[in-house]
Amino acid sequence: MLKQRIAEAFNEPGCATNRTKSDSERKRGCASAGLAPGAAAGGCAFDGAKIALQPITDAAHLVHGPIACEGNSWDSRHTASSGSRLYRTSFTTDLSELDVIHGGEKRLFRAIREIAERYRPAAIFVYVTCVPSLIGDDVEAVCEAATTRFDLPVIPVNAPGFAGSKNLGNKLAGQVLLDRVVGTREPERTTPYDFNIIGEYNVAGEMWQVLPLFDRLGIRLLAPITGDARFHEVACAHRARVNMVVCSQAMVSFARAMQDRYAIPYFEGSFYGISDTSAALREIARLLVERGAPADLLSRTETLIASEESEAWRRIAPYRERLQGKRVLLYTGGVKSWSVVSALQEIGMTVIGTSVRKSTDDDKRRIKDLMGEDAALFGQIPAKDLHRMLSGGEADILMSGGRTQFVALKTRTPWLDINQERHHPYAGYEGMVALVHQIDATINHPVWRQVRLPAPWDSAGAGR
Amino acid sequence: MSVTEVATKACAVNPLKTSPALGGALAFLGVEGCLPLLHGSQGCTAFALVLLVRHFREAIPLQTTAMSELSTILGGADNIEQAIGNIYDRAKPRLIGLCSTALTETRDEDVRGDLRSLMARHPDWNDLSVVYAPTPDFAGSLEVGWASAVQAMIAAFVDKGRRPSALRQVNLLPASYMTPADVEAVREVVESFGLSVITFPDLSGSLDGHVVDEYVPTTLGGTPVDHVARMAQSQMTLAIGEHMRGAAEALQRRAGVPFRLFDRLTGLEAFDTFVETLIDISGQQPPEKLRRERSRLVDAMLDGHFFFTGRTACVAAEPDLLIAMTRFLDDMGCRIATAVTTMKPSPDARVPCDRLVVGDLDDLERLAPPAGCDLVVANAHADAAANAIGAPLYRIGFPVFDRLGAAHQVTVGYRGTRELLFDIGNIFIGRQAEAEPYRRQNREDADDASAVNAQVAVGQHGS
Repeated sequence: MLKQRIAEAFNEPGCATNRTKSDSERKRGCASAGLAPGAAAGGCAFDGAKIALQPITDAAHLVHGPIACEGNSWDSRHTASSGSRLYRTSFTTDLSELDVIHGGEKRLFRAIREIAERYRPAAIFVYVTCVPSLIGDDVEAVCEAATTRFDLPVIPVNAPGFAGSKNLGNKLAGQVLLDRVVGTREPERTTPYDFNIIGEYNVAGEMWQVLPLFDRLGIRLLAPITGDARFHEVACAHRARVNMVVCSQAMVSFARAMQDRYAIPYFEGSFYGISDTSAALREIARLLVERGAPADLLSRTETLIASEESEAWRRIAPYRERLQGKRVLLYTGGVKSWSVVSALQEIGMTVIGTSVRKSTDDDKRRIKDLMGEDAALFGQIPAKDLHRMLSGGEADILMSGGRTQFVALKTRTPWLDINQERHHPYAGYEGMVALVHQIDATINHPVWRQVRLPAPWDSAGAGR
Repeated sequence: MSVTEVATKACAVNPLKTSPALGGALAFLGVEGCLPLLHGSQGCTAFALVLLVRHFREAIPLQTTAMSELSTILGGADNIEQAIGNIYDRAKPRLIGLCSTALTETRDEDVRGDLRSLMARHPDWNDLSVVYAPTPDFAGSLEVGWASAVQAMIAAFVDKGRRPSALRQVNLLPASYMTPADVEAVREVVESFGLSVITFPDLSGSLDGHVVDEYVPTTLGGTPVDHVARMAQSQMTLAIGEHMRGAAEALQRRAGVPFRLFDRLTGLEAFDTFVETLIDISGQQPPEKLRRERSRLVDAMLDGHFFFTGRTACVAAEPDLLIAMTRFLDDMGCRIATAVTTMKPSPDARVPCDRLVVGDLDDLERLAPPAGCDLVVANAHADAAANAIGAPLYRIGFPVFDRLGAAHQVTVGYRGTRELLFDIGNIFIGRQAEAEPYRRQNREDADDASAVNAQVAVGQHGS
């Protein structure tokens, strides 16, 4: 069953990388690379599935497994909610040795009962981890029984860690939504302006920086998938007119499947950077009009874009001089590299290299268009090489995730967090201004001069 | 103390526990030139790594055998071999600390057997040691994994047989909850008696937050492997926390090194006992500096006890840290209403509290006194619980990811106890209740508030 689902996940016609593969390569899947023992980095399929679904705020997220899976990982992401806080409460069956011997099904059922009775969630997502998979717990059957018994959707998410990478987990979570959530409910009303955003998780409240734009245009976000979502909204997502996919690779399958099932067209876009935000607004308006929204939406969108862009540039202008020519090393899998590259170039910074670890061929093409053919595109940069580049002063700032934070800081290089764990929102016009402000505050911080001073007893040493 | 209750919930809500494999990895991180390796799927390592990085604010060397579905079915020996090979080629560690996980333990891998045969196949790895510590995630928590890894290393490096003791050398086995700064503080005290100390594991060398100019892919600092072997020649082992009893006993069994076990080093009396032992072993009287520190602690206790008196606290921590914290608060005149821990403490352990529960942070929240309390002592995950209880949180243990300096917090010894006393005492001082004004009725110049009071009184008459 799981095997079949994984095979389905790998057979993705909407994925550019996949299209270029031979049949046998495709069967092997996209997760096998990067899983080298002793040289691997990154999360597992369970991690990916949880990232994709946990932002559904009024659901309970129950992790069926031993303490490591949830005990070591909860409370680590800053996806924001405008309502329910239930999604941030951690639930796990915390399997003991005896559960492993006798099976965890009864404990799981009791756990679901406790949550259903005490918290009355809109739904319960049950994440299957490696151990219950290994001992053969029939989680689907338990969830089915619980759904009937407690009269609420209890949804198994079968993405155990050993199935593969975080990216695969994202995809499996998408399939769970498609198979068990989307289309199970009907919205009270629909409008010709309804659309979904897919693959946006409202990290640090980022989505709230762009939602006011849609409100001003009268465009209605029917279902965020899944940032700050309510279960009911996601269940109604099939009534939208247009889908926008934000996180390039992971959720394309989801959008493509919605196109097949519900004839909802999709496009890939980004809210990082001024021109990308404008392009996304244009595309949403265009597709909505194509699908029956009044045509004046197009001109209203252009008016909004013009005023927002000029306002953003006006606010960014003072920083240009301070950041012009500063060299950035971009190392992230979390957001689309090209959209950040173009954003940084817009303010006159030089991107000396960027990672393309999770980018599609199309993404890479775009990056080369932006940075030139001899652009430095990295897969995984070993920490050692990163350390060498930074201590050699090749970059004025490293923008990356928490994993490489301390490699940068130990070389006394300015560092800015742009991954899942960050606290600052950087989306839309507003976010771009915030990002520029933050880059400036980071690069021009008074601490750099001080920490680079040699120690009094070592006038040649310590700093650079 | 009341009897230990075990929460009967099927579902842990907001867990207090972290996993034994993480604890095992942490112990290995206290050894020099080491790279811990978790034998499990990628996520097992990724989660532990992220949490360790968030707590220590350091790059943490930690690798994975990257078990897949297929290798779980066929057996993980190949993955272990590949992982060791890759790590050896890239990082050249002196030691690889291999910890199992729930995944490989459920499968019941014969890791010891696999290791023996694959090491025999690789004479090229002759400058590398691989030590295996069983740390199934479904049994126990961080404390258990830490102890398991320490015992595994003792079994691997300390030869059997009594050797002549180097008279002025002692072993210090720190508890898993001791911060790098705690370890350093205790070692300095031991050294001040003219004793040389082998600290094992020694996080004060590896995770104390230092800036170096070269990149090192393994731990930098920590107990050198050959020092672990030399523990056999020590005069005595000083073990901190009940969970280090097994390791201390192992040293005694293997090399005849006697041990003293201290259930805590926080509090005047507790550290006095430790110092008495040092006087015994060294035959020296304490240096002037230590006498001053004791005197300062006594003074701090005199100054501070007013603010602790009558206060109520709730504490959640692993058993040995729980003992240290509840006993300290009790010593200072606090009442501990609810104590939550991860495993049953040993039957002889004294945990002063009204109610002791083996459970999670949700139990802490639910079982806190209905009238609230003045203080919550727990790890950073308890932030929401403390908010719900309506009391300030004093952060201790692992993980503490939302404050700076988790590695530098000192709560042991005379000085550390004094710092703890000041920190918590200041929280209490900041929350001194002022007298609730009583507004007498029928007052001539009644202001608004007394009018409200009167209305309430009328309402009560009506009911």
